[in-house]
Amino acid sequence: MTKLRINGIEVEIEEGASLLEAAQQLGIEIPTLCFHPGLSAYGACRLCVVELGDGRLVSACTYPVQEGLRVRTHSPRVMRARRMLIELLLSICPSSKRLQDLAAEHQVERVRFAVRDERCILCGLCVRMCAEQMMAHAIGFVNRGYRRRITTPFDLPSEVCRRCGGCLYICPVCEVRCQGVEAPSAVCGSCMTPAPTCPPVYEDLACYMGAAGECGTCVRNPRMPDSHSPTVAGRRVRV
Amino acid sequence: MREIEAIIERYGAQRRHVISMLQDIQARFHYLPKDALMEVAARVRIPLIDLYSIATFYNCFSLLPRGEHVIKVCLGTACHLKGGTRLVEALERELGVREGEMTPDGRFSFETVRCVGACALAPLVLIDERYYPKMTQRKLTQVLARLRRPQPAAEAG
Repeated sequence: MTKLRINGIEVEIEEGASLLEAAQQLGIEIPTLCFHPGLSAYGACRLCVVELGDGRLVSACTYPVQEGLRVRTHSPRVMRARRMLIELLLSICPSSKRLQDLAAEHQVERVRFAVRDERCILCGLCVRMCAEQMMAHAIGFVNRGYRRRITTPFDLPSEVCRRCGGCLYICPVCEVRCQGVEAPSAVCGSCMTPAPTCPPVYEDLACYMGAAGECGTCVRNPRMPDSHSPTVAGRRVRV
Repeated sequence: MREIEAIIERYGAQRRHVISMLQDIQARFHYLPKDALMEVAARVRIPLIDLYSIATFYNCFSLLPRGEHVIKVCLGTACHLKGGTRLVEALERELGVREGEMTPDGRFSFETVRCVGACALAPLVLIDERYYPKMTQRKLTQVLARLRRPQPAAEAG
């Protein structure tokens, strides 16, 4: 058993476990996109970044616990790093609902990078699912650098694929975000912000089901002057 | 595919030697034929996708047929300034193919590369991994003429 402190709380966990597992044991939520308990840790999305006692930033899913280690999971530095990561991920995959929700939770309000809609963040979950759980080895990474992508050998229908759909099931960015009433943009209006501006009617209106903006709380009225434009969770809504 | 079989056997069909096998196949055929990859995958018992990942990751492997002689024109900063693009134009004229293509007779293929680490010798052309320093259009024409002549003795190497 290894003893360490996460956010000042002592936790004991078996040797070889990762920092992420130790934090989860304590009930501390660390965002991840490329981690799944049934698959090997890969450390691709870097969202689970945590700060060690010596100031290093490491990915919690791939860092094994050490005796006496001090870890901070939500320090200002970590949060800054996470916000930057979300911004970078959004720039290659603005269509993902998971990413948009993360952006809203972390107050990421803009994307300063060139947006290319790749519909994939190369997290490798589907590749590991296919290889480790389905034992099929039908898909994998090809090419290198900015040309890297996931496909089958020779881009042809795979002979070993059993059409199980595990890759789609596990994909963190397949679920498409809603566009709401806004024009297409890299960051959505985040109607799903944990603290909506319209709590009394939020549940009834179910605006996340497509009726966004009906009550008018989160949408600027075109007849209203700019100074009265409403805000969502404290931030001005761009229409 | 006897030759492929021999290459696989040379490395005892061991997984840790697949890159060496691919290099040997590439040396023999000037590219990695699809059938060869499938044979290696089957014999070494590794998933085809893993082999395909390796083959697409490294620049030294080509999945498209390459000519007998591979001509690489350096277009790194130094070579670019010293007129590498003029060499590209000269080659396109001389061979009648564009960058990245192979001549119809299969003798030459021609690609551009970024910096081969010998900037003092700019502009550089690499032909079959041999460096041709301070290249000019006229020297290039001469080298091509020499390569075009049948050389039965040199083929053995």
